[in-house]
Amino acid sequence: MRALTWHGRHDVRVDTVPDPEIINPRDAILEVTSTAICGSDLHLYDGVIPGMMSGDILGHEFMGRVVDVGPKSTLKVGQRVVVPFTISCGACFFCQKQLYSACDNSNPVEKQDVTENLYGHAVSALFGYSHLTGGYPGGQAEYVRVPFSDIGPIVIPDGFDDDEVLFLSDILPTGWMAAENAGIEDGDTVAVWGCGPVGLFAIQAAKLMGAARVIAIDEFPARLDLARQMGADVIDFKQTHVLDALMDMSGGMGPDAVIDAVGMESHGFAPDTVMDNVKQRVGMGADSAHALREAIMAVRKGGRISIPGVYGGFLDKFPLGALMEKGVQVKSGQTHVQRYLDELLRRIGDGEIDTTFLISHRLPLEDAARGYENFRYNQNEWTKVILKPGTMSN
Amino acid sequence: MTNRHRSGRNSGLGALVVTAAGLAGAALFYQAQTRNRVASRPPDSAPGRTARQLRFGRKAVVGRTVTIDRPRSDIYAYWRNFENLPTFMENVREISVDGDLTHWTITGPLGRDIHVETRIVTDDAPTQIAWQSTENSDIETQGKVHFHDAPGGRGTQVEAIIAYKPPMGELGRWVAKVFQAEPHLQGRRELKRLKMLLEAGEIATSANRKS
Repeated sequence: MRALTWHGRHDVRVDTVPDPEIINPRDAILEVTSTAICGSDLHLYDGVIPGMMSGDILGHEFMGRVVDVGPKSTLKVGQRVVVPFTISCGACFFCQKQLYSACDNSNPVEKQDVTENLYGHAVSALFGYSHLTGGYPGGQAEYVRVPFSDIGPIVIPDGFDDDEVLFLSDILPTGWMAAENAGIEDGDTVAVWGCGPVGLFAIQAAKLMGAARVIAIDEFPARLDLARQMGADVIDFKQTHVLDALMDMSGGMGPDAVIDAVGMESHGFAPDTVMDNVKQRVGMGADSAHALREAIMAVRKGGRISIPGVYGGFLDKFPLGALMEKGVQVKSGQTHVQRYLDELLRRIGDGEIDTTFLISHRLPLEDAARGYENFRYNQNEWTKVILKPGTMSN
Repeated sequence: MTNRHRSGRNSGLGALVVTAAGLAGAALFYQAQTRNRVASRPPDSAPGRTARQLRFGRKAVVGRTVTIDRPRSDIYAYWRNFENLPTFMENVREISVDGDLTHWTITGPLGRDIHVETRIVTDDAPTQIAWQSTENSDIETQGKVHFHDAPGGRGTQVEAIIAYKPPMGELGRWVAKVFQAEPHLQGRRELKRLKMLLEAGEIATSANRKS
């Protein structure tokens, strides 16, 4: 089959690789019909995530048609499904508590040692996202093996286009959980750092959850425009002092809740170098740590901080004093995707959530490398890229 | 070269600062050691193998506890059928049972097998199983697995402890490679595989093809 494979920093290629097979009883094989490039794929593209191996297949936002099932899969050949980026067994303590992204049993045992040492506990598995999270081949391919297919995938009824439901795999539930983690109450003012796909969905979710005002912060005019379309007020941090503006716009109180939808974007992630990197880069404009620090400084006393942005290492100059003295709550984590699928599919069907407004480009899988390059370096225009295996390059 | 000159010029001051910092550090360390001193420490509740000073004669000890969401009796029964052990113990290639003797074939480096014969010394269903190697073994070892009810209906806490004494000589070096290179890793990996098998019904793999 054809698949987008990683070969090093800024080197991704569409190669011919062996087709996947059913290995475990609960597996299914999908023929991928749509797959997206995620902002977090750019960490891999930039080579800042450790535990990547040459030839790894990327992609954790994908959907497709079931073409083969193991004896314990509950899926049927021919069904159309969207697959969560988190791989979860459904049986362990964490899955039973619906903390799916903390699953104990999805990350292969021999891959767990690194994060057990790094974080104190091994993390669960993700598709196509380094060998720290399992080394599972991803979905930017013609076919993909889906483990625990009786727990993860959601069957899509007729009447939905791929583009409408594809983002159930990651960014829509991630934006939704970001807003939920912000504990939004009626009348809240909510500030969102980052108008990438997750930030844009967090804005929609915050509005639906009762926020009176959402203030979105970014530097790219096209992305700020999308935030405006979703009903947010916007701050361009290249022309405005963010802290001053947020204080004034919230009547001198500070936002009730703040969401860091930026994460490590422009930073090194490698655990042994992160500390030094951050030290060296402090004060260099809008780096990711800067966004989180700013969010902590901005939030009102007794307010709430939600961190959907991806962090992996250590952070220097962390304003712990502000956190404690203001009595701030913090929630974070990879998304418990399976928890939100039914509700979000219903909301898409009811027209409450717009899932297609952010799609800027649709490319054949064969053009994936061009997609990565532009998503990385033309962030203003390239807001979300969908890859279509099986379509022709033009 | 400019840097070298500058550091040379400042080296006297630098040494003084370093010395002062060192003295301050030593003073703080001494203070920390002498204040709040405790004369004797009664044993705490932690397993002995997690002690800061680990001495059990000449034997090395590895162990690990995992919580498995299955009833104690199920997990006991699965383990007690020793022929199941190779399903989750990576280096154990084959187990054969002959009365109360169990023969283990363990895959060693360079394709050489290590043979161990063990005898059950405790079999307390469904709480614990303990075994000890006989003289017909390449290594001297003893092991024990405990099954406790986890609090809050979370299933069973499975605690496995293996003690072993590598023999001298060439074989000893090989055995050390198998057991000592990453004994803690090996222990936790095996219990995690058992957990996957009993909770999820399969052992997770990211392989895309069977071979």
